[in-house]
Amino acid sequence: MTGALAGLVASPRAWVAIVIIGVVTYGIRLSFIHLFGRIDGVPTRVQRPLRYVPPAVLAALVLPDLVTLRPSVAATLLDERLIAGAVAGAVAWRTENVFATIATGMVTLWLFRFVVFA
Amino acid sequence: MRGPALDEDLLAGVRDVSPLMLGVAPFALVAGIATVDAGLGLAEAVGMSVIVFAGASQLAALELLGENAPLAVVVGTAVVINLRMLMYSASIAPHFADYGRRLRAGLAYLLTDQAYALSVAEFDENPDRSRWRYYLGAAASLWVVWQIGTVAGVVLGAGVPDAWGLTFAVPLVFLALLVPAMKDRPTTVAGVAGGAVAVVAAGLPLNLGLLVGALCGIAAGLVTEVRAS
Repeated sequence: MTGALAGLVASPRAWVAIVIIGVVTYGIRLSFIHLFGRIDGVPTRVQRPLRYVPPAVLAALVLPDLVTLRPSVAATLLDERLIAGAVAGAVAWRTENVFATIATGMVTLWLFRFVVFA
Repeated sequence: MRGPALDEDLLAGVRDVSPLMLGVAPFALVAGIATVDAGLGLAEAVGMSVIVFAGASQLAALELLGENAPLAVVVGTAVVINLRMLMYSASIAPHFADYGRRLRAGLAYLLTDQAYALSVAEFDENPDRSRWRYYLGAAASLWVVWQIGTVAGVVLGAGVPDAWGLTFAVPLVFLALLVPAMKDRPTTVAGVAGGAVAVVAAGLPLNLGLLVGALCGIAAGLVTEVRAS
């Protein structure tokens, strides 16, 4: 409990974010489970854009962590993160296995960081 | 009451979800590592995993918190990521319609990508199952592994040198989820557009790049769908 209190004092911003995200997310989860019978399913107008939330959001999360635009094409492409991401992406595509994707991506990153580009 | 059936249905859920833990456990570890990387500690890691309990949004929020993004951007981004659960809620709602409000409120808290996908498939295949017990077996197992994994990640993240770049596992987790999410032309266009815009918009003020990229991706997917039909 003291740990939690100390954390609260140290990072009030993080806790405010955690609580708001948590409450809204719970509302999303509960929405139709709670309202079933009063509202029949998601209206098509809402359903159609929702289909594109996972690929759009996930790609917007991933790509900026792999690619940094630099003055030259070579400098942009010869980036250990992009190379590791490409290898991991191929593994994800072939295996659809989260663990295998993380493992090959990390090993490739270390290989380029500590051996090839060292 | 069907006494023995409680264990049977519950255990079936636990059993069926266990292979998925191979993906969930490293994901949870990464969430713990990312908490340390954002300059936060064990209390925040546990608080977030218990209160939010939604991995992708947790990782995105942690990254933005670490970059000192405005609160509205942190919350807005996490909420957009979690909007997909609106679909799960609507899809699983008919299966829980007979249960009381309190039970439904509890089951809703445990709703995740994996618990949803697994349960809906099982309900279709095996109508005799106790739905809430099967779902609880799967969903609560995921909850327990998520909490343990997050704590382990905090401990691990504090002990590994920065040069190892353990936080690189965060985009790798998302990559593993992204690839199967791009399953047809419109969803692929949504992903490519969302990612490209996010890279170009990475320099935007208020860390708005992710949100702008995601919204452009959704729009691109919709336009592709409309054009195809």
